[in-house]
Amino acid sequence: MSTVEAAVGYKASGTLPIWAEVRRQASRRRTQMALGFMVLLPVIVWAAFEFGNSSRGDDDGDGGGSFSSIADLATSGGLNFALFCLAVSAGFLLVVVVALFFGDTVASEASWGSLRYLLAIPVPRARLLGVKLIVAGLYSLLALFLLVGTALLIGTVRYGWSPMGSTIAAEIPPAEGLARLLGIVAYLAVTLLVVAGLAFLLSVLTDAALGAVGGAVMLWILSSILNQIEALGDLRKVLPTYYTEAWRGMLSTPIQSDELAKGAISAVIYATLFWGLAFYRFTRKDVTS
Amino acid sequence: MPDLTAGLRRALSRLPRRRVLPAAAALVVLAGAAVWAVRPTPDAWTTEDLRITGADVELDARFYLPADRDGKVPAVLLAHGFGGSKDSVREDAESLAGRGYAVLAWTARGFGRSTGQIHLDSPDHEVKDAQRLLDWLAERPEVSTDGPGDPKVAAVGGSYGGALALMLAGQDQRVDAIVPQITWNDLSQALVPGGVFKKAWAGYFFGNGGASALGLLGGGDGPGRGGEIPATDPACGRFAEDVCKAYLQMATTGVPDETTLALLRKSSPATILDKIKAPTLLIQGAVDTLFPLSEADANARGIAATGTPVKVAWFTGGHDGGEGPTSDSDRLKFLTVQWLDHYLKGEGSAPSDDFTFSRVAGFSALDRGLVTNGYSTDTYPGLSGSGSTEVTVEGTAQPIANPPNGNPGAISSMPGLTGRLSSVLSGGVALDVPGQHANFESAPLTGAVEVAGSPTVRLRVASPTGEAILFVKLFDVDQNGAATLSAGLVAPIRLTGLPADIAQAQPVSVTLPAIVRQIDAGHAVRITVATSDQAFLTPAQPATYTVAVEPALTLPTLTGKPIADPGALWWYALAGVVGVILLGLLALLAVSRIRHRRRDVAVVEEHANTPLVVNGLRKAYGDGFVAVQEIGFTVARGQVVGLLGPNGAGKTTTLRVLMGLTQPTAGEIFVFGHRLVPGAPILSRVGSLVEGPGFLPHLTGEENLRAYWQATGRPWEDAKFSEALEIAGLGDSVHRKTRKYSHGMRQRLAIAQAMLGLPELLVLDEPTDGLDPPQIAEMRRVLQRYATDGRAVLVSSHLLAEVEQTCTHAVVVNKGRIVASGPVSDIVGDSPSVQLDVSDVPAATRILEDLGVRSVKTEGTSSLIVDMNGAARSEVVASLVGAGIGVDRLVPRRRLEDAFLSLVGDNSRGSGDR
Repeated sequence: MSTVEAAVGYKASGTLPIWAEVRRQASRRRTQMALGFMVLLPVIVWAAFEFGNSSRGDDDGDGGGSFSSIADLATSGGLNFALFCLAVSAGFLLVVVVALFFGDTVASEASWGSLRYLLAIPVPRARLLGVKLIVAGLYSLLALFLLVGTALLIGTVRYGWSPMGSTIAAEIPPAEGLARLLGIVAYLAVTLLVVAGLAFLLSVLTDAALGAVGGAVMLWILSSILNQIEALGDLRKVLPTYYTEAWRGMLSTPIQSDELAKGAISAVIYATLFWGLAFYRFTRKDVTS
Repeated sequence: MPDLTAGLRRALSRLPRRRVLPAAAALVVLAGAAVWAVRPTPDAWTTEDLRITGADVELDARFYLPADRDGKVPAVLLAHGFGGSKDSVREDAESLAGRGYAVLAWTARGFGRSTGQIHLDSPDHEVKDAQRLLDWLAERPEVSTDGPGDPKVAAVGGSYGGALALMLAGQDQRVDAIVPQITWNDLSQALVPGGVFKKAWAGYFFGNGGASALGLLGGGDGPGRGGEIPATDPACGRFAEDVCKAYLQMATTGVPDETTLALLRKSSPATILDKIKAPTLLIQGAVDTLFPLSEADANARGIAATGTPVKVAWFTGGHDGGEGPTSDSDRLKFLTVQWLDHYLKGEGSAPSDDFTFSRVAGFSALDRGLVTNGYSTDTYPGLSGSGSTEVTVEGTAQPIANPPNGNPGAISSMPGLTGRLSSVLSGGVALDVPGQHANFESAPLTGAVEVAGSPTVRLRVASPTGEAILFVKLFDVDQNGAATLSAGLVAPIRLTGLPADIAQAQPVSVTLPAIVRQIDAGHAVRITVATSDQAFLTPAQPATYTVAVEPALTLPTLTGKPIADPGALWWYALAGVVGVILLGLLALLAVSRIRHRRRDVAVVEEHANTPLVVNGLRKAYGDGFVAVQEIGFTVARGQVVGLLGPNGAGKTTTLRVLMGLTQPTAGEIFVFGHRLVPGAPILSRVGSLVEGPGFLPHLTGEENLRAYWQATGRPWEDAKFSEALEIAGLGDSVHRKTRKYSHGMRQRLAIAQAMLGLPELLVLDEPTDGLDPPQIAEMRRVLQRYATDGRAVLVSSHLLAEVEQTCTHAVVVNKGRIVASGPVSDIVGDSPSVQLDVSDVPAATRILEDLGVRSVKTEGTSSLIVDMNGAARSEVVASLVGAGIGVDRLVPRRRLEDAFLSLVGDNSRGSGDR
């Protein structure tokens, strides 16, 4: 009686190695474009500051609000420049990029028809999703760090290595400022888990990559709009976008951390829910693409 | 209308039921959550609107009672701020009632729907009204008492109401505890600080005391809602005559006369502090240019002098700053409840003597407000802090001009415009007029100074008139030169008997308003002495003074223990959530591992050497469509089996189940005796092409094959890569991106991919699709060669000729069922029927029937299909010819064709494309 079940060399846990998936994605134009834009954005911002008209410094009427503070101080040093680049991209650009990495990953394989051949190798379905998830996460992190890294580099070369300033709280010394900046990056990464979860779930549910990416971004925007309606009261607190601005708490001294913790809880729960649903659905569904 | 409903029904029926149910469930859950979130909660209190007779007026009042009270409850007299009404304290009243207190809120005389005139918390009027309210409370059966006519009661209120609480406690010993907030100690000091009339605030209040009172302090709704407003004197509004006169006198001259002073003093708690025996919790705001921290300090010292328990708390807010950040209002609410619970209900231990205050930490993360951090010290340090830091300010004596009638004037605060706390606190409005102020600045500080209290500085002033009114301010100047006037607070001073020459001027000590601020390292401190301020009344005559500031500036410092941030709890909650998720994940992994171990790995011995056995396979989709009714067949080693059927016969569905893409509804599949389920490792011994190729369009053909093999995780040398490439026969095109491939090239590449690693069972769906005839011929040879060395091939096709030429065995399916199966040679063998083309069909039919054949069917105009039933063909032809019927053609038919064509003929549309 033969107990050799699989082909020689086949091991379920060895299928679709992470580096193989990294390479599958790396050669794609959209991956390269998304990552490239992360590098390009700080350059554009820098050029805007250099060549834009210098009527900044006018009171824009929001009475020293936190955003104008971040914008006004953007050219005061590398840390502030990186902070500004993060602030302008956190609301939309990063959302789109993360939605792209997570929403495209399964749906595009389905639309190419290559998904069924991966499953017939067979790559166990849970493993396929797990590897796709990890690699999409790695690319998202890479995008985030490319953005911050480039901004930090350009900002430091052009504006110097100076303390991180904000108009109300004390200046933060460079070393601690860098730690705070990394903290902000970490928090943004955590809040983006919601987009990641949503896009990934949609990616599993649909064969159209564009639908998954666009759907996730649309739902995110919808949540942001609902979040603007103050009449909703406490109901807003369950919106996935309610705590997206909490990273500003990192700029106070000492750090206001409770909103960060609440935002992280919200994001982690949403991401777990969405990913859980994605795994549940994908490991049971008939692949018809 | 019927059309509409029919349309709707059609639209609904189009939605698959399995999607509708979860979607509906999700909708119900969402709607439920929304309803739950906005549901009206049953009130924890009951209210009763009343008219209560005061000293000589009727008071508009509302009595709140806790809904579920056990016996009698202590009471709280809740007083509103100036210009407010019983409605302005509604939230606080409800909150206290919810905590088990009977709350009596009323509109003070002269406001809203209460009658009478405003006497400024006069002991003869407003305070007496409050005493009548105490009498009234003592009569209520719901209110607990200390004795007959003596209710257990606390007085709570802010600003105007806070002073009333103090005055009442001084005048009536029945009050058991008081919580006065942001209120005054001495009204003459508050309105005429340093002898300079605070015209902006005074005018603001005077304007609001009239009939047209807008809401202010405590966000009152004003009397506007009340309806009838008594006709009033246009000059005095609802102010009592003496109060009105006092204001007019003060505002005209800038210096209060004896009568005015007497009236202000009478309305000041300062006169009765020694009589207050009720434990007092004093809450004062640090962003308050009307009643600064010094007012609460004077109250605290006066009350504590007689041994009455006093506790002080500061917060970042006040008449300029409003309620302050949530962390502050939460702290104050906690302190108030703690105070009342202990001194009224006797619950909880006595509140300690500790002192709490807050300092701005930065911007709020979620809105553009500020956030503060709370600090505590063991005892109340007063306004001089627990220590002090000397800072040296520099600057020579400078001349500054007093503008006539105070215009243009410097701006420090904007009374009545409770702006955003951030702009008030960061001194966003502060503005000094050139020529009217002198600056004296320190060097940048080497370390941060935590200032809490009143800084002091000494000033020398010379004036040609011998008099001067000056405004002394302390700015925090950051590295970029931006100066911040903390909370907009200034110290006005009126100096007399000054020399004309600065050299002869004697130093005067000036106590600046108490501030709570951390001046960071690297920031400088600037003392500004100005001649004008729009918030104050300054001399009408122009003059030029000379001012000099002594170098020593004393900053009181106070270092508190940070109050534990309740936010830390959220981090534990986060850790908990992540922990639970990780545990859940581990549990899932463990369960799946156990399941993996327990899964059926038994090899069915009888099939162990057979590449493929399909038994009773059935697939029904969720919407009721049955793609495969029942299919069973076997592929043995060395066979090339053709799965033949029209489009939609269920071929592809069968192959999908074979690849583990689709779960069968019933039946089982064995590959080499191993049960095949989705993802089963045995699939690694099956190579497949189902429903066309699937390649990554951005990779070349070769890269695609490599990427595929890498995904298997198997050793490279097992791929037999070059052999596969040879089969693909793409030549140099293998280095082009697959998105540029023709259909046939993709098809060949896909077959090559299926053959990578030379799997023992090859499953190909319509492999010749898109190939040209020579390639088809080549493919036949490849497949026949492949099925050697114990390997087997399963090919699906809807083309009879292809199966006939390629396969050793065939399985014919239609509508999800097997119609025929067996070796091709068997199936292809001669059929008992022939096709006859004759010149006269009816005549031929008659003759044939006479010959005793089994059946005759007409096909077309001149053809007959005849089942010969053993009759010889030659005999049939001879009979026909003998009867004079022309026979054009006789074609023997084959079994497979019979089976297949009859199926296709019956239903060439198939049963749906799956």
